Amino acid sequence: MIETPPALAATAGGSLLVLAILLPCAGILLSFALGGRFAERIALGLTPIGLAIALAVSVLVWRSGAPVVTNIAGLPPPLGIALRADGISCVMLVTAALVIAGAALYARASFATPAGVSEARAPLAFWIMLQAIWAALTILFVGGDLFNLYVALELLTFAAVPLVCLAGKPETLVAALRYLLFALFGSVFCLLGAALLYGAYGTLDIVLLAERVRPQPAVWLAAGLMTAGLLAKTALFPLHLWLPPAHAGAPPAASAVLSGLVVKGSFFLTVRLWFSVLPALPGGAAEAALGTLGAAAILFGSVLALRQPRLKLLIAYSTLAQIGYLFLIFPLASGAHPWIADGWGGGIMQTLSHAFAKAAMFMAAGLLAESLGHDRIAEFAGAGRAMPATVFALGLGGLSLMGLPPSGGFAAKWMLLRASVAAGHWVWAVVMLAGGLLAAGYVYRILAPALSDGVVVLKSPPQRSREGVALALALVAVALGFAPQSFFDFLQIGRAAATAALP
Amino acid sequence: MNASTLAGLVGAGLVGLGLYGLIVNPQPLRKILAFNLIGSGVFLMFGIVARRGAAAGFPFDPVPQAMVITGIVVAFAASALSVALILRLYEETGTATLDSDPAAKPPDDGARDT
Repeated sequence: MIETPPALAATAGGSLLVLAILLPCAGILLSFALGGRFAERIALGLTPIGLAIALAVSVLVWRSGAPVVTNIAGLPPPLGIALRADGISCVMLVTAALVIAGAALYARASFATPAGVSEARAPLAFWIMLQAIWAALTILFVGGDLFNLYVALELLTFAAVPLVCLAGKPETLVAALRYLLFALFGSVFCLLGAALLYGAYGTLDIVLLAERVRPQPAVWLAAGLMTAGLLAKTALFPLHLWLPPAHAGAPPAASAVLSGLVVKGSFFLTVRLWFSVLPALPGGAAEAALGTLGAAAILFGSVLALRQPRLKLLIAYSTLAQIGYLFLIFPLASGAHPWIADGWGGGIMQTLSHAFAKAAMFMAAGLLAESLGHDRIAEFAGAGRAMPATVFALGLGGLSLMGLPPSGGFAAKWMLLRASVAAGHWVWAVVMLAGGLLAAGYVYRILAPALSDGVVVLKSPPQRSREGVALALALVAVALGFAPQSFFDFLQIGRAAATAALP
Repeated sequence: MNASTLAGLVGAGLVGLGLYGLIVNPQPLRKILAFNLIGSGVFLMFGIVARRGAAAGFPFDPVPQAMVITGIVVAFAASALSVALILRLYEETGTATLDSDPAAKPPDDGARDT
């Protein structure tokens, strides 16, 4: 019997991670088998259980101060496959459960199976794909093996693409096809990178790889290929072309999940790759290149958002810009410097607050479009009076995007700013401030007409419950701004490699 | 030149050809074929990795072969999904092209259904 090294040993409560994955997977199978109305009931019923599991895992990680680990079938890597949940896995699991729950509650009105039929195409597809996205994200957040993470990424794509073209209109089909082609390009490059890493080191387990990786050509090539592939899936400038039509054309509940969570899946994997697998690579150039692309995305996405005549397209372009902020984590949180705690906390906080704020904004935009019958921003006059809660949710989401206090977006951008000033990288700070101003511009462009005087004829008043869901998610984005220091300490759990070098 | 090197070069060639096709070809069906070409190149790489026995030093490592099988299933599912989307697009519009020429599209009245 070979002794298992402590870094690979399973910890107590590891079976919760298996349960977190099995729950939505069982939901998919049951929904598919029972069909019709059961799909909706199963999806709605599973969300609180999933949230409870995510919280339980977080409590375990919090108490022990170390990642929760399980080895499937009791076989430690490299033979077996490990599941690991560290600080960022936990917060992402909870975020995913909350946003999926919000989307499910919001979608009840638009994706109810119509009376008189036992099953309808769009509702069945929506409820199954929603659970599939949840399952794939869960695997992504806790996976400890690069090949498993590749498969999870593929599952995520296969679940997200049908949601884009749920309406079945030609332009959404084109958007879905383009999304799929970008994603396929991305995934096949991830696979090639995994092949090279396996060829060089004989394992794909993240912890084992981190110990074995040395700067050599095969590793650089693998890192480049995987990063390029992941950027295409995350829609970072200049590989962003697919995102705006795909996210703007999807039904609102789906857009909320796509923009809030799905792009974060591939971003999360990029973070895993650079911070957990490849910390041994001499930093600098690659991180700076990722940061530069992020900075370009901030400016480019914000300027394009300013020019959109339609609300949903504006929000989709703003996603491009906000994704740019995420990539500033690479230059600002890598290496062993005093400022990396700020850079890391700010980057993760931006991931979380954008997930909630953007989901809330897409839901509010959906309500506006339904009640007004259009989403042309220029004709929003009076909407603020007719549907105050919806416009308030939109405004609160915008607050976080702009980075005004008090909001999660403010906390995130403040920490990133502090890190870039401490690091002496003024260029990131200037770009972030410019991005904040541009975001203020596009949020103003929505709110100014919506809050001005005017008479609107509502086709139907928005449902209180759906307004409530959008508002609740926007409030979570705001509440993140009050996160205490212990929350940021929690995010550091499991970041041993990068922080151990600190004095 | 031994067999592994030759296979590696062929794999690299397939990936290169496929990438060129994926970027240059405008027709979606050809893009999907190009994607499969890249996929074949990657699977060949896995084959070489298996032959070199990277993991424990034994001559034929089975793990990359298991990964290839999974990869083939995923690539097949991806191709099937893309072809289904193309067929649906053809049914709806009569053409299967990704050229989203805004002038050619019917004017949208701004109403987006949900």
